[in-house]
Amino acid sequence: MLSPRQPTLRLLRTVPRLRHTSRRWASTEPPPAGGHSNVIGTSSLLKSTRDVALRTQGLKWVDLVDSDPSRDMVGRETRKMNMYQAVRDALSIALTKDDTAVIFGEDVAFGGVFRCTMGLAEEFGRERVFNTPLTEQGIAGFGIGYAAMGHTAIAEIQFADYIFPAFDQIVNEAAKYRFRSSGNFNAGKLTIRCPSMAVGHGGHYHSQSPEGYFMGAAGLKIVIPRSPIQAKGLLLSSIRESNPVIFMEPKILYRSAVEQVPIDDYEIPLGKAEVLRRGSDLTVVSWGTPIYSCESALDLLAKPPPSISQHVPESLRSAKVELIDLRTIMPWDVETVVESVQRTGRLVVVHEAGRIGGVGAEIGAEIQKKCFLKLNAPVKLVTGWDTPVPMQYEKFYMPDNIRIMDAIVETLTY
Amino acid sequence: MATLARLRTAVPRRVSLAPLARTIQTAADTTQLHQDASHSEPFTVKLHEDSFRGYRTDTPSLDVEVTKENLLKWYKQMSVIRRMEQAADALYKQKLIRGFCHLAIGQEAISVGIDSATTFDDNIISSYRTHPFVVLRGGTVKSLIGELLGRVCGVSKGKGGSMHVFTEAFQGGHGIVGAQVPLGAGLAFAQKYAGKKNATFAMYGDGASNQGQVFESFNMARLWNLPCIFVCENNKYGMGTSAERSSSNTEYYTRGDLIPGIQVNGMDIIAVHQASKFAKEWVNSDKGPLLVEFVTYRYGGHSMSDPGTTYRTREEIQRVRSTQDPIRGLQRYITEWGLATEDDLKTMDKAAKTEVDAAVEEAKASPFPSENELWTDIYSAGTEPASMRGRDREEVHLY
Ligand SMILES: Cc1ncc(C[n+]2csc(CCOP(=O)(O)OP(=O)(O)O)c2C)c(N)n1
Ligand SMILES: [Mg+2]
Repeated sequence: MLSPRQPTLRLLRTVPRLRHTSRRWASTEPPPAGGHSNVIGTSSLLKSTRDVALRTQGLKWVDLVDSDPSRDMVGRETRKMNMYQAVRDALSIALTKDDTAVIFGEDVAFGGVFRCTMGLAEEFGRERVFNTPLTEQGIAGFGIGYAAMGHTAIAEIQFADYIFPAFDQIVNEAAKYRFRSSGNFNAGKLTIRCPSMAVGHGGHYHSQSPEGYFMGAAGLKIVIPRSPIQAKGLLLSSIRESNPVIFMEPKILYRSAVEQVPIDDYEIPLGKAEVLRRGSDLTVVSWGTPIYSCESALDLLAKPPPSISQHVPESLRSAKVELIDLRTIMPWDVETVVESVQRTGRLVVVHEAGRIGGVGAEIGAEIQKKCFLKLNAPVKLVTGWDTPVPMQYEKFYMPDNIRIMDAIVETLTY
Repeated sequence: MATLARLRTAVPRRVSLAPLARTIQTAADTTQLHQDASHSEPFTVKLHEDSFRGYRTDTPSLDVEVTKENLLKWYKQMSVIRRMEQAADALYKQKLIRGFCHLAIGQEAISVGIDSATTFDDNIISSYRTHPFVVLRGGTVKSLIGELLGRVCGVSKGKGGSMHVFTEAFQGGHGIVGAQVPLGAGLAFAQKYAGKKNATFAMYGDGASNQGQVFESFNMARLWNLPCIFVCENNKYGMGTSAERSSSNTEYYTRGDLIPGIQVNGMDIIAVHQASKFAKEWVNSDKGPLLVEFVTYRYGGHSMSDPGTTYRTREEIQRVRSTQDPIRGLQRYITEWGLATEDDLKTMDKAAKTEVDAAVEEAKASPFPSENELWTDIYSAGTEPASMRGRDREEVHLY
């Protein structure tokens, strides 16, 4: 359902503003059938060998084999998994090691829409992995109650788009339980998983990225993984975290992102961003699916294909761009981002949700405060448009590699 | 056609059932002719005695007045709807329809039966399994298929897709499970406020019936005596979860507390028609809300990505299709009562196919919406914010 038109480049500030005319596109090639997001499967960010996987930054083994971390890798195994298998693996470990852990949600006993809980009911029993009625507010409230008894509640909301009936429970009960009872009760053992972000044709109710709506609910943590290894480690941390966590899984990655995933129990810390590529000229911050579009944008910048090379000044092609995966959206790793922007002086934030009231706005405000005198360009946000996620133009709604590269060029030449 | 009805005459049903546990029967062809069927005048037929069950109310009369004209019209409507749904199925498999798509195959008697008892001044609001209402309530096959294909000729100009269909006499098309039910209470209140003798049919599924807002709506409707008919379309499953696994009480017509309810054989178009008429008269005589549960069955999977056979057996599906199909049931009435021949009906089926095929081609020829449509209908025209971020040079669309 691609429109014959292609996203534009608006690099040269001297070019007069053009109207939407097809002539404008005449010199460029038609977009590839899959849209402009690069092929996730071939991303160099995905760790495809055991050695690289075991060296994942920040990975913390839960059961130490050797107190010397450098030797602790010996004998550790990995297995090829896509993201839904990695999520399942984490859930399986949580159920194995924690007798109070239960998983519930719509159709989870059958594996759920995305197969993340496949076979868990058979393995751990239907009293621990069970289907709920269609009742998101109930699911959240029930989970809070279970967690308040000190038990581990792992709830699934079938799509992030359906978390809104549970909004009150999450924002007013889960997030504030500890504060309201001055520490007597809390919902810290609650983790709510939900598939999030766009797939290309989900439309209004299957492609939203609602993380921003929860950002101001003090007491909650929000986590979004970018890959199988990350998903497993971050999910185990979230489940064991002492605060309620909303864990949003970019649904397009369930199948398309594949890595060698360590099979042992490990965690990846919450609240820590990861620097994926080092750079000194500009910082790009993102999370979830758009991380791969950012990677692709950097490749385009370094080696623009002939069809767009005219828009990419030679002098920028060797620019060193730092790419940061925020991973935890709340509380976000201000320190890592500030440290980076102090060095680069330029920041581009990329997210799928619309811009107004989005996470990027918060990051931008914080960075202009903390890095004001170091900034060489305004903080640039590349986001979904401020429209509902459209069915017809979903691919154009998502920030793709072209838009990101364009923003990088604009920010570098500001 | 082998029917349950025929088998039943040999089995003394009452004896085989516990006295209080009589269940609704869902054969599509157990209505009996009462007098000779007239070709020009209304005539009376008698529904099977287990077509209805009541909660805090008597059930509708089993004697139903019908006309040849109506029976043939319903046949035609159901036949077109099924063809249309099958066409949607094929278009989805050809990847021409993207996104989400839920078909009502097997459930046709409900939309047609409700429509038959209402006018366009009554409101119908439902979930996402609602393609039939488009063609019944002022839209066309082309405008429905066009919407699924995301084309300008679609009922929502191609901006919504399968879950977002509306006509001037159909309030939609709602994808968030349960969300349309309180809207239904509001629609009904508006009718009451305006002093109109009309009804609102607020429809939801067996799965949706467990959403808190459904119960909140019941309470408001009872409290304010709203002309709202809460219609539970019980097709036995909400995605992969059977009614028994999702609901502590699967007698959905009894779940309204102080709101009376009836349970209805949703496979017999005549029973659906009678119940819908009953419901409309109920709310129009100021008795307040009513719950109506139609017991039916979804033949296909939940949506196009669900084969529909992992959580239920193929035999179960096959049994319903072969013994309770609403279209074949009506076909049998029409032929056995001498209102038309099988050949006449085959001709109607062919016409339905031709109509749908032509509509599909026309819809395919319709363009995709223009990019400007991305910014329209977000705010009411003329009240938009001065600019909105969207696709152009400055990422700003200026109104
Ligand atoms: C609030 C919300 N939660 C979950 C979903 C996903 N979902 C769509 S349809 C459906 C099942 C609904 O079953 P039922 O109400 O019985 O209607 P049926 O599909 O059988 O017509 C679910 C879980 C949704 N659309 N909205
Ligand atoms: Mg159902």
